Amino acid sequence: MSARRRHPLLLPLLLLLLVLAACGSVTLGAVPIAPSRLLAVMTGGGDDVARAIVIDLRLPRMALGLLVGGMLGLSGAVLQGYLRNPLAEPSVLGASNAAALGAVCALYFGLAQMHVLALPLLAILVALIAIGGLFLLAGPSESPLTLILAGIAIATLAGAGISLSLNLSSNPFAAMEIMSWLMGSLENRSYAHVLTALPCVLIGAALLIADGRTLDALTLGEDGAQALGIDLRRARLRLMLGVAIGVGGAVAVSGSIGFVGLIVPHLIRPLTDRSPSAILVPSMLGGAALLTFADIGVRLIPTTNELKLGVLTSLLGVPVFLVHLMRERRLW
Amino acid sequence: MVTIRAQHIVVELGRHPAVRGVSLDLYPGQLVGIIGPNGAGKSSLIRAMLGLVPLSGGAVSIDGSDISRLTRRDVARQVAYLPQGQTLHWPLSVERLVALGRLPHLGPLSRLTAADEAMVDAALTRADVLHLKGRIATELSGGERARVLLARALAVGAPALIADEPLAALDPGHQIDVMDLLRAQARSAALVATVLHDLGMAARYCDRLILMDRGEAVADGPPAAVLTRANLAHVYGIDAWIGEEAGRPVILPLSRV
Repeated sequence: MSARRRHPLLLPLLLLLLVLAACGSVTLGAVPIAPSRLLAVMTGGGDDVARAIVIDLRLPRMALGLLVGGMLGLSGAVLQGYLRNPLAEPSVLGASNAAALGAVCALYFGLAQMHVLALPLLAILVALIAIGGLFLLAGPSESPLTLILAGIAIATLAGAGISLSLNLSSNPFAAMEIMSWLMGSLENRSYAHVLTALPCVLIGAALLIADGRTLDALTLGEDGAQALGIDLRRARLRLMLGVAIGVGGAVAVSGSIGFVGLIVPHLIRPLTDRSPSAILVPSMLGGAALLTFADIGVRLIPTTNELKLGVLTSLLGVPVFLVHLMRERRLW
Repeated sequence: MVTIRAQHIVVELGRHPAVRGVSLDLYPGQLVGIIGPNGAGKSSLIRAMLGLVPLSGGAVSIDGSDISRLTRRDVARQVAYLPQGQTLHWPLSVERLVALGRLPHLGPLSRLTAADEAMVDAALTRADVLHLKGRIATELSGGERARVLLARALAVGAPALIADEPLAALDPGHQIDVMDLLRAQARSAALVATVLHDLGMAARYCDRLILMDRGEAVADGPPAAVLTRANLAHVYGIDAWIGEEAGRPVILPLSRV
């Protein structure tokens, strides 16, 4: 097979998808709003109902879909590159569930009411502990299986923690709220949520995107990368912080949304030269577009209760995960 | 031009001492072979000289500066390293893979310059793999891949090259090509050290041999002085025929002693 290069249309295509997703997210929803009313709202006029729906409900929801999806796509691409494992992803490795556990703890113990930052900070902290624990558990082993097993252990533990809080919660409304962290959703989000997620995603993405070279060098294994002048300890620290802050901040507003970080890099990789650095930015754009499209989907699929976003992405993601698990032994 | 000095270095892997107090100086212009049985500490020794394993004792210095005070990047620009039996974790193209050798010279977001690309092509040519430039590295045969990885190490353009078993997986013709290349590299005033298992190749090509046994350097000197029947019997536990063909040394392992 001859060398692959980045498809010349990859970035334009992703940007187009992103714009389409963003427009779709503002125009489409459970309550239909005619294009003329929409246009009126966008130009600063419009009736009160349309204004409330578009400005206060759909716009923050669109912004969150882009931010959370972009962060998940980027983290998936970075984790796959760093761990040299095409199955790595924040939710498979337990980071998303751990962040959700942090958020649930903040709710359960009432810390979230004491300070607005308690919830995202606790989500970030627990995600950091989970990723640190994962790197310790999987250690220097380059076996993909050890890593996935360690991730499953962490994800299960964090899930059990969330279930425990459900179990012990005396208030059914609180229980409902806690449950939504497990499933992940962008329903009824406000600008406060956007303001929580935005700085976390920006900091997380900045920490992760700069390390493309490190990921490329790791193609040669840890010794090979270090012999090429990579300071692995610092790179690992930047990466852990980047994933924890970004994913922690994203999960703090959306709950645990799985498999976006797994699917997107796999869709992108064949359109690039397959080096880990080449998929970082495209995965971020692709993740943002994919999650926003999925979010439009859950709004339009006619169900009595709105489908939870995390449920839909898991339904889409698990087959991809399984196919790659089966194929991986043959490819690498 | 660069010299590497190891003084009484001790390396422990877990609790097991892999290198116990080895001192040696490597100079430019020499092809140095590091030989010894499996588990003698050859790989640990060269990894220690690259600063890739923590030292439990002793010190390594590159051109007089202690390696622990140099950044990874400084070391990478001085010493290229070809690890043993390297696995490739992503299916990169050969060109992309060899270009990784330019990493120590690149800033965080800069691209390869024309000069970098010329170095990559030169390295591909020297390792005789220019024709594989467009192939996917993970789809090559073992021998092709070994030479591509050697090209990756050459692309660094460092004044020193340390290779761990570069002949593994190569057919006799390509073994000779690689040894010729390493010798040419040494003749162009580079410091070249390589771990070898083929004693005949070591005897014919190297200017100096270091014989390792159970973590210690038990002999160090010109091949004829190191590759004696007594040393081979003592260290490898073999009886070998040591002879000559047209003025070139030949070593043939015959049996266990």
